[in-house]
Parts: sequence; structure tokens; C-alpha cells
Amino acid sequence: MVPVNYYIVLSAILFTIGAMGVLVRRNPLVIFMSVELMLNAANLAIVAFSSVYKSFSGQIFVFFVIAVAAAEVAVGLALIVEIFRTKHSINVDEMNSLKG
Amino acid sequence: MTIDLILFLILALISVAAALGMLLSRNTVYSALFLVLNFVTVAVFYLLLGAPFIAMAQITVYAGAIMVLFLFVIMLLGTEVLPPGKALPWQKPVAGVLAAVLAIESIYLLLVRARSVAEVTTPDAAINSMDSLREMGMMLFNRYLLPFEVTSILLLVAMVGAIVLTKKEKGAQK
Repeated sequence: MVPVNYYIVLSAILFTIGAMGVLVRRNPLVIFMSVELMLNAANLAIVAFSSVYKSFSGQIFVFFVIAVAAAEVAVGLALIVEIFRTKHSINVDEMNSLKG
Repeated sequence: MTIDLILFLILALISVAAALGMLLSRNTVYSALFLVLNFVTVAVFYLLLGAPFIAMAQITVYAGAIMVLFLFVIMLLGTEVLPPGKALPWQKPVAGVLAAVLAIESIYLLLVRARSVAEVTTPDAAINSMDSLREMGMMLFNRYLLPFEVTSILLLVAMVGAIVLTKKEKGAQK
């Protein structure tokens, strides 16, 4: 059987790659995908601990996290579409004014 | 080396490689497809950990709905490749150092936590059977009923918000 430590290290690596994506990329769509990757890494850690403790609470919380991620993506992508309509660009370096 | 460990190592390699591919590819469509691959490998990890329901939810919600929405928006906006802008020269080194600090810190903290657990994951027969699904459903609709209802309100709010944000104002000058 796989020790839980392996899952934890993998989760930390995936989370770090996601954080790196938020820091270095300038395309808001890729930044969003990196945020999804970070949520996913956290979910992996929760499920790993939940299977160690043989408890279903962790899995139920992961279910809620997935639902919240879906809501977040729907609103975020709507915002990106609206920004693209007003500025005709989605480069995050150009989003520097409060009033479009 | 048991079969589980070999499977884990191969999948972990694919998962990290897909995440790096998502981070490094210039084309946003490739990024999205790499992320789908990563989500599928994580779903297999959930199966290995004895969480079949979460694995299926991962495939349908993440790899299905969310990534289709992403691809739809990428192709709608036609911004697969951004024109090269002037990058801050210190951005990438600083980001690398910060990411390394984050990785070391999170691995250290989580391993300290995991050592206090000091168990290996052995999904036994009970946790893999249909009983586990029934158990989970009972828990979701008894103990976690209020969060479940709040989630439905949240999804409704997100739906209304997305519609309001993208709909054109009546009589707006465009």
C-alpha cells in the first residue's frame, strides 16, 4: 500500500506548480486554471487524510469544494468575457484602471 | 514494490508532468488539455484512496463541465496566444524563489502532520463497496444537510451572476 506521505508530497508539489502559474503567467485564463490546480491539490490532501482516518467527512468536504470551484469558474469566466468586451484584450498587465 | 506503489509513481509522474505542461505551454488550448489530463490522473488517485464517488464527481464536474467552459471561453475570445508584452525582468526569479519556499514549507508542515497520523492508507473492503456510498449519502443528507442547501443557493447565485455579467444592457450604446 502507498504511504500517505507520498500523496501529501505530491499534493504539495501540485499546489506549488499552481502558485507558480499564478505568479508568472499573464493570461488570466491560465491563472484561473492554476487556481483550479491548487484547489485540486488541496482536495487530494483532504481525501488522503480522510482515507487514513476512515472517515467520510473529508470526502463530503471535497464534494463541497468541487461545487464551489464550479461556481467560481462560472463567475470568473463571465468577468473575463466582460473585460474582453470593454478592453479588447485580456492581458492582466493592461488591467490597471478601475473604470473601463 | 507492490502494484499500488508502481501505479502511484507512474500516475504521479504523469500528473506533475501535465501540471508543468499546463504552466509552460504558450497556447492556452494546450494548457487546458494538459489540465484535463492532470484532473483525470487525480481522479485515479481518488479511486486508489477508496473514494469512488469523488473520483466520478471529479471527472464529470472538473474534467467535464469546468474544462469545457474554459475551452469554450478560450475559443470564444480567440486569445489562444497572447501577443508578447514586456515582461518584468525580476518576475520569474522572484516567483521561482517564492514557489520553492512555499513547496518546502508546505511539504514540511504536512509531513509533520502526517507523521502524527503514522498510518498507511489501506482502503479495506468496506470502504470500497456500495456501503460506503450509502454511508456517504446518509451523512450528506443528515449531518451536512445545511451546507448542502447553502451550496445549492451558492450555485444559484453564481448562475444569476454569470447571466447578469454577460448580458447586454437594454438600449446600451455599443
